Amino acid sequence: MQAHYGYKDGSGDYFIIIDTDKCNGCGKCVNACPYGVLELIEDEFDIEDGLMAAVTEEQRKKIKYSCGPCKPVSGERRLPCVLACEPKAIIHSW
Amino acid sequence: MITAGVDVGAKYAKIVLLEDAKNILANAKGIVGFDILKSATEVFQKALDNTSLKRDQIVHVVATGMGRKAIHMKPPINAGEIVPEVIADAKGAYHLIPTVKTVIDVGAEEGRGVKVGENGKVRDFVINERCAAGAGTFMETMARALEVGVEEMGPLALKSTKAIPMNAQCCVFAESEVVTLIHSKTSKEDISKAIHDAMAGRIASMVLRVGVEKDVALIGGVAQNPGFLPPLEKELNTEILVPEHPQYVGALGAALLALEMEAK
Amino acid sequence: MSEKSREFWRWREYRYTMPDMDWHDTKVVTAGVDIGSVGSKAAVMLDGELYSYAAMRTGGESEETAIKVMNWALEETELKTENVPYVVGTGYGRVNVPFAKRTITEIACHARGAHYIYGPTVRTVLDIGGQDCKAIRCDEKGKVMSFLMNDKCAAGTGRGLEVFTDLIRVPIEELGKTSLDVEDEPPPVSNTCVIFAKAESLALLRQGRSKEKVAAAYHLAMVNRIIDLLIKVGIEKDFVVTGGVAKNTGIVSRLERKLGIRPLEPKLDPILAGAVGAALFAKALYEKEIGLR
Repeated sequence: MQAHYGYKDGSGDYFIIIDTDKCNGCGKCVNACPYGVLELIEDEFDIEDGLMAAVTEEQRKKIKYSCGPCKPVSGERRLPCVLACEPKAIIHSW
Repeated sequence: MITAGVDVGAKYAKIVLLEDAKNILANAKGIVGFDILKSATEVFQKALDNTSLKRDQIVHVVATGMGRKAIHMKPPINAGEIVPEVIADAKGAYHLIPTVKTVIDVGAEEGRGVKVGENGKVRDFVINERCAAGAGTFMETMARALEVGVEEMGPLALKSTKAIPMNAQCCVFAESEVVTLIHSKTSKEDISKAIHDAMAGRIASMVLRVGVEKDVALIGGVAQNPGFLPPLEKELNTEILVPEHPQYVGALGAALLALEMEAK
Repeated sequence: MSEKSREFWRWREYRYTMPDMDWHDTKVVTAGVDIGSVGSKAAVMLDGELYSYAAMRTGGESEETAIKVMNWALEETELKTENVPYVVGTGYGRVNVPFAKRTITEIACHARGAHYIYGPTVRTVLDIGGQDCKAIRCDEKGKVMSFLMNDKCAAGTGRGLEVFTDLIRVPIEELGKTSLDVEDEPPPVSNTCVIFAKAESLALLRQGRSKEKVAAAYHLAMVNRIIDLLIKVGIEKDFVVTGGVAKNTGIVSRLERKLGIRPLEPKLDPILAGAVGAALFAKALYEKEIGLR
């Protein structure tokens, strides 16, 4: 399942997309993120068991700002969450 | 040689009349209405009246700002050239503060971060556009919700004794949040501080995308708000300089560019 | 209330009990409570059939509202909250439903609820709530395959529409109809930020533009915004709209026109999708608990 967390506002589209079929609940992305954007939650989309990564409720409405420092205008872009994820379950839409 | 810079912003039009890149002869500002050319012309005339100069004594006019196209090659202002805001900002800030490396410009509808290089040229920039929460409109809307004048917001925030978080990131939702806070008897001082903190946080994360290098300058209409500087300095962990007349820096930059272009 | 102080954005609160149902003959009574940031809904179901419900504005205290809306839903039924063995809470304020046995995310509840309200052919659910907007793709069982939650920006939400009711002074229940009362569609308001759209519309009103045209321009802008979000998860038929804004004909008809897909007609009030879905989850969980499954 593709879970899109984030928003679109007047200045653009900002979504973190987590593929819950690929996500194995390891939590490495949660630790890698310097700004506490991610967390592990129960996969309750069908009362199934297992943990999956998600953007915290508080962060969902400000990821453009929280993720800003990891996305410099120029220079190399290294997103710690994406790099930490082995199954490649996280994508940023911007 | 007398040149003019016209910064037609989303809310205000600002004019600077400059002599030989040294003396600021006049500056004037006015609200931009539906007819951009008309509003800008009125403000231009105001500046001329302040100095008893005539339009034909102005050798070159450069326009910047959201509405710059409306006065490009249009009489009576007849701006000969138009430049993006970030270029004018960098030029103007560099002129006032030659050691500046990072310029933060917060206007009515946009926030910008600019990295300044040699001679006031733009190295890098980031723009926070078309979202009211990242610009002066946010402050105005919140002032209305608090039922105070926008100029009172800063002084109120500075008197606050408690930092409280603000959850809403959208101007519309923040307004409701302020109303709720008022109902729960939170003081206007603390609410105003929360508003300033929230806005500073957003601007700071935008600036971090170009990187913070000293000296850092804050310009634009919002720079006139004394309550905005402390939380911004805290978020970016650096001292921030606010030049005199921060709202006119873009127009000044445009006037300087006009001189450069005329000299070529 | 004088015209001046009238609150155009305040929608009428309501409750309803199905006249020909009797809880005495039921095996399983469950309920779902959906505490949204703008509206709170409670749905009581008998053996998985909708029996009684209520919808009201979420007050300052979510917990108080949860209790109020549940009591109101049960008002004409002789049932009390204590008689309902399993309640599931959902929505923004779900942790504040004191009598809920557990909480389930509104995404899952909306998908389930949409299947109940619109039928098993539903594959794409668009929920336009008070403060957020969700697009959900689900399978034939109502299981969520993919979703997108737009969580921060007022444009594309009921709140954006509320701002406009005040601007043109039309009650919210009539806003959609007003927006359709135009001969030709005006250009959409160019901004998708409600604040800027409002400023633009104010200028248009001052220039003599009719309130119908202003309403139409904003509805168009909002629909464009919503479609941008929908395409990210993709649209598969059958397509349905849930949430309070589903009752706005100005939005739904424009969605249909732009997408070229007709959303299904609801059999019940679409604002209840979350609460109904929660009540259905409650039934499944309760039956599991007592070993009926």
